[in-house]
Amino acid sequence: MRLHEYQAKDVFADAGVPVPESHLATTVEEVVEAVSEIGFPAAIKAQVHVGGRGKAGGIKIATSEEEARQYAEDILGMDLKGYTVEKVLVEEGVDFENELYVGITMDRGEGEPVAMVSTEGGVDIESVAEETPEAIAREHIDPAFGLHPYQARKVVYDAGIPKDVAGDVASILSTLYDLYESKDASEIEINPVMVTADREVIAADAVMNIDEDALFRQPELAEMEDEAAADDLEAKANEYGFDYVRLSGNVGIIGNGAGLVMTTLDLVDHFGGQPANFLDIGGGAKAERVANALDMVFSDENVDAVVFNIFGGITRGDEVAKGINEALESFEEIPKKVVVRLAGTNAEEGMEILNTDLVDVEATLEDAVQRAVENAQEASQ
Amino acid sequence: MSIFVDDDTRVVVQGITGGEGKFHTEQMIEYGTNVVAGAVPGKGGQEVAGVPVYDTVDGAVEAEDADASVIFVPPAFAGDAVFEALDTNLDLVVAITEGIPTQDMAKVNKRLSETDTRLIGPNCPGIITPGEAKLGILPGNIFESGDVGLVSRSGTLTYQVVSNLTERGLGQTTAIGIGGDPIIGTSFVDALDAFESDPDTKAVVMCGEIGGEDEEQAAKFIAQNMDTPVAGFIAGRTAPPGKRMGHAGAIVSGSGTGTAQSKIDALNNAGVPVGDTPNEVAEYVEDFL
Repeated sequence: MRLHEYQAKDVFADAGVPVPESHLATTVEEVVEAVSEIGFPAAIKAQVHVGGRGKAGGIKIATSEEEARQYAEDILGMDLKGYTVEKVLVEEGVDFENELYVGITMDRGEGEPVAMVSTEGGVDIESVAEETPEAIAREHIDPAFGLHPYQARKVVYDAGIPKDVAGDVASILSTLYDLYESKDASEIEINPVMVTADREVIAADAVMNIDEDALFRQPELAEMEDEAAADDLEAKANEYGFDYVRLSGNVGIIGNGAGLVMTTLDLVDHFGGQPANFLDIGGGAKAERVANALDMVFSDENVDAVVFNIFGGITRGDEVAKGINEALESFEEIPKKVVVRLAGTNAEEGMEILNTDLVDVEATLEDAVQRAVENAQEASQ
Repeated sequence: MSIFVDDDTRVVVQGITGGEGKFHTEQMIEYGTNVVAGAVPGKGGQEVAGVPVYDTVDGAVEAEDADASVIFVPPAFAGDAVFEALDTNLDLVVAITEGIPTQDMAKVNKRLSETDTRLIGPNCPGIITPGEAKLGILPGNIFESGDVGLVSRSGTLTYQVVSNLTERGLGQTTAIGIGGDPIIGTSFVDALDAFESDPDTKAVVMCGEIGGEDEEQAAKFIAQNMDTPVAGFIAGRTAPPGKRMGHAGAIVSGSGTGTAQSKIDALNNAGVPVGDTPNEVAEYVEDFL
């Protein structure tokens, strides 16, 4: 789960990381009110999960009320790489001399967290990592002990952070590790840490991704989940408890198990269609869950046809068939054609139960996907 | 022959009294697995599916001489369950549980590196040596004994590929689901290494997916160390960057590392054909044999 910048900054501020004064706004009037309190210059920043917001026009610096009003009108409601901007963070402009980078992430290869510090802040850190990897200092952290204070100092010195702010940056890094551990973050970063003319350090941006598997023990963060959702359908998926990712195509996809669902998406693409979503109903799904999954996919107005692909291990074909029947029998007219392929545990029982007046049935994964792609092409003509 | 498990493996089931634990214990026994004990705190003295339950893994191992464990413990307690298993010096621990917090696994991984125990998983379907034993939740009826080793990050994708193999009369020596989490015990390289040393394994299938660099490491290993032919499949070609595709570990980073293309290229460069469909993978294997 990725927190919005304003959510992450609240978490940082509570932990004592210095952040600029800011207010969240959802209307032009709220933006005007916020700048009158903060003063000028003020940054107006779109709160969407998109990298490179600034370049895409999602961040503007206002130096007057008129400008603030204009930028608020421009940014609120704008489409930023497919996401509609509904909230902006209005923030005091920071006059800076240097921009630094600090971050902590899980090094999967090593199986332990790694702290990263660089003087090359304010730019895309991943391109820095690719082009000049030596510009980023790294320190691996033993998860059993945490980040020792000496390690925080060492990585800051290794990065060549100016001596007069090195102590403050090391202290921010230590706080970030405390947050990383105590909040079950999977990634946490400040890019940039700004250094002001008075040699104060301040977190001008905030990225915090939370391990979704740890939300059960992070009730405060779990409450932020709905607000953090990228769109309404993803929020609905959270409600139903599905692993769901929305894409831009028109073939809706439902399946069980992450690898097989990904494969189904890939095959839709392979056979000339475009996947509309990833939806994993998980293992052992009962009829109600199956019906909820169909409801999810039918709610996506981009979807023209659906493929339902189940290879049962702990999921039982008869339960899946019952759920499909229940969901489809509730419609007077089936909204979108559904192709079903059932294999594995109780697939035969499922095929007997399945109401084949309501769905197309195919025996193999390849045939099911091809049929759904054809259905989608017909429906979109 | 086979790798990691056979009909001599003596299994303790952690979490045997839970719904999943009980159901799959029955299934494992029905398949012929030698399940000798269960371990659940506070449930010592009970019996599940004819198997005696102990309060601790240590107690179960001591009384029943178990050498492997299967874990069906809910995610909040599963990290602790793996630690408990590691502290009894079992040969093999198979963690089925999905949803263990990554930071718990980072701590487990640290301890694991200090032991001689092999961990498979977590977030995996387990391991099966057809006709001998299965430790986990794989549906036994789709597997056949044969010459093909299989290693995969995904459960249901494994079943799909196995059914494509079995339909062609291509049975399996051992099939291992290594799990879909970012931090796992047994890697592709570990499994490939074991298959290479197994004289009965004449070909190997590896099913990878987006996220991390394990497939790239595997490609290097195959090029340098393997004579046994390998066919591959990579799921997630259409996955957008920055989105977790179901598995906690299945995510392409913003900068584009962990992509399907990078893995397919690495495997192709190592001489491993990668199927566009699961069925194509089975075709490659048929050509090998």
